[in-house]
Amino acid sequence: MSDYLTDFVSLFDQYDVLAAFWVNLRLTFFAALGSAALGALIALMRISPIASLRLLGTGYVNLFRNTPLTIILVFLVLGVWSQLGISLSSDFDQNFFNWAVLGLSLYHAAFVCEAIRSGVNTVPAGQAEAARAIGLSFLPAARLIIFPQALRGAITPLGNTLIALTKNTTVAAAASVTEISSLMKTMIEFRPDVIIAIFLVVALGFVLIVVPVGLLTTWASRKLAVKR
Amino acid sequence: MAKTQNVLFDVQGPRSRRVSAALNVVGVLLAAALAWIVLSELAEQGQLDASKWTPLLTARTWENFLLPGLWDTLRAALLAVVLSIAFGLVFGLGRLSQLAPVRFVCTVVVEFFRAVPVLVMMIFFYLGIGRAGLVEPSNVPFWAVVLGLMFYNGAVIAELIRSGVHQLPKGQREAALVIGLTPSRSLRMIELPQALTAMLPSMVSQFVVILKDTALGYIITYPELLASGRRLGAGDGNILQTLFVVALVFVLINYLLTVLAAWLSRFLSFRTGGATRAAEGPLAAEEATV
Repeated sequence: MSDYLTDFVSLFDQYDVLAAFWVNLRLTFFAALGSAALGALIALMRISPIASLRLLGTGYVNLFRNTPLTIILVFLVLGVWSQLGISLSSDFDQNFFNWAVLGLSLYHAAFVCEAIRSGVNTVPAGQAEAARAIGLSFLPAARLIIFPQALRGAITPLGNTLIALTKNTTVAAAASVTEISSLMKTMIEFRPDVIIAIFLVVALGFVLIVVPVGLLTTWASRKLAVKR
Repeated sequence: MAKTQNVLFDVQGPRSRRVSAALNVVGVLLAAALAWIVLSELAEQGQLDASKWTPLLTARTWENFLLPGLWDTLRAALLAVVLSIAFGLVFGLGRLSQLAPVRFVCTVVVEFFRAVPVLVMMIFFYLGIGRAGLVEPSNVPFWAVVLGLMFYNGAVIAELIRSGVHQLPKGQREAALVIGLTPSRSLRMIELPQALTAMLPSMVSQFVVILKDTALGYIITYPELLASGRRLGAGDGNILQTLFVVALVFVLINYLLTVLAAWLSRFLSFRTGGATRAAEGPLAAEEATV
């Protein structure tokens, strides 16, 4: 058993597991920013009084929510980068990283939009009516009255989207980004005898990242809940 | 749709109707401009030439690449659906068990598989089954895809079953106990059937996730639709166009499933004490199907 352990621990000298996880966290961070900005914009379009913007927003959500993330990433890297020759960075690895962030943002923006919209649905009609009654038009009412309350109601679905995004950063392997899932593959191919231990380390890494996020959003959604 | 949205703005008067109409035109123009830029850029690079697209209209393409790929996608998705329902039933009921140890074990298992990325599980099974020699080498990617999908989506379905039972009106369980059923029989005969009906729309939404995630099989060499599309596109030099068509096939199937889920939730709402709303309900919001 101790041989097994020393053998196993020696793997970590060869492969930098923490650095690979760090790539996933960086992907998560940038894609979370991107999808939050894009998702909020599309949510605004989908609840606006302007029919053509609503239609565009709905079309975006239906298109990206129903396309596998893997296809989006492969499309960006093999189709747009390789075939069209559009590059996002002169650095080879940074280029793949940027494409992965873009693909992850495009995909998860659809879910952020739906999360915000479900938050908007938790705001009672009386709030919007009161906002109109004191003379606010659509954008001020949305900014000052609806969105602050909607975001509080949307914490749980937004947190779930963040968790899903964290896990989905592994799909960046399809965009040639070296992150934890591709490192795990290399490690297992090199040391197939300790496959279960390697898998458990990677899996526990994700449990350690994902479970606190889940607990935090549950706590925040209770703490910030609007009393009705 | 309009009911939840017009909360934000009044029925418009003549002035705001004019403003809206003007902004509508601006919106259309913006969309058209964006489309124009993309299309003209593509045309400049010769990506819209007929030679890039006509290979996708031939019988050879569909018979040899896309339809077999689609079949492999559907085959894996169907088996994964069946297995994850079985997994979800076992562990969902386990989490509702009267015995604390059973509850604890099932909770740990479900939470673990919900936290681990599907791709990590697929790679593990891909290399693990191959090494253990459990199935024929050519079938290894297929089983890796199916097992990876089963453990993740089974765990999600277990959660759906649990919250479905919790969301039933209390009176259902109380009535069952009053007529002399034991708690476990009440669960099996009274609560579970209604919970299953109530969660059916959410379950169909989960099938969309399963179907989408079969595309991860591309990374572990499973010859599903994306992989065959890529092979085809690499041969003809039109990966962009081929992947576009492949994505459309996925969007179409998933959109139909989403429509089915919405229809089911309306159709079933009078057959259960629980809430059946799939898209807007609190249940769906918490079980975000990403």
